[in-house]
Amino acid sequence: MNCPDNESKSESRPQFNIEFKIGEKDFNVAGEAASKVKKTLQQLGLEKEVVRNVAIVVYEAVMNVIIHANYGQLKVIIVPDKVVILTEDTGIGIPDLELAMKEGYSTATNEVREMGFGAGMGLPNIKQCSNKLNIKSQVGVGTVLEAIVYLSSKDKKEFFPQNIRLS
Amino acid sequence: MDLESIVKALNLKVRSGEDKLGTEVRGGYTGDLLSDVMANSKEGDIWITRQVHQNIVAVASLRDHAGIVLVQGSEPAKDTLEKAIKEGIPILVSDMSGFEITGRIYNLLINKTG
Ligand SMILES: Nc1ncnc2c1ncn2[C@@H]1O[C@H](COP(=O)(O)OP(=O)(O)OP(=O)(O)O)[C@@H](O)[C@H]1O
Ligand SMILES: [Mg+2]
Repeated sequence: MNCPDNESKSESRPQFNIEFKIGEKDFNVAGEAASKVKKTLQQLGLEKEVVRNVAIVVYEAVMNVIIHANYGQLKVIIVPDKVVILTEDTGIGIPDLELAMKEGYSTATNEVREMGFGAGMGLPNIKQCSNKLNIKSQVGVGTVLEAIVYLSSKDKKEFFPQNIRLS
Repeated sequence: MDLESIVKALNLKVRSGEDKLGTEVRGGYTGDLLSDVMANSKEGDIWITRQVHQNIVAVASLRDHAGIVLVQGSEPAKDTLEKAIKEGIPILVSDMSGFEITGRIYNLLINKTG
């Protein structure tokens, strides 16, 4: 699977990369990954708002891979003007992305709902906390999510829903 | 108001983060849906919940909560407690219901801050 767009391969050389493997039912990796990313961004002295937004995006995106897919990976790329958060999984895919983006929509099982997941707020939170969001998903193949948080919070928010074949 | 004053006033039991009881509590949030808490709680909040698994420590730590209160006699799971100790997140427990403890903490915070 390729990155949904070329943002993560812009001409500016990445300064920092953080990668995590996401294992099946590995509920703790979301917290671990988000806290590692948060610490790194804090050490780089980034704005509080940016750190908060990136931490939320990482947590929710990784949690979705754990709960709704099976295996996957997280990549966080910090370049001079933005943070790119990328998750890829080989899970069941999202049949209707517009529906999935609606607050309150969830296909989570009762078992994970008991644990407080499945409010249907993860994707809306990600959208809220990022400047650009691009999701590509194919049923039975997997999902790629790329979110971008600009280091300066002025830039406008965009969302590109794309339910198309992954190459 | 600091955590310690709330612990004393409401007779909460401290399960972790004893050395963080001086933390200032700026507000509170009550909820059992993690994504909701993630999105809507604020830094310095005391978080009231009945969830006891490890992810509560992750959420509290990511959102810089002052501490977590487990209600209705819930106790943190073993790995939750270990993680809370490691990350220095105060976990407090109470027999009160979420409704009662939320109301009482709200009153404490309001009366203290006017
Ligand atoms: N990586 C993924 N693979 C397959 N389906 C997904 C994936 N991410 C999200 N979905 C689908 O989109 C729905 C909405 O996701 P969203 O994160 O908004 O809510 P949720 O995960 O169900 O609940 P919450 O995030 O509040 O705990 C999910 O219930 C699921 O059906
Ligand atoms: Mg989710």
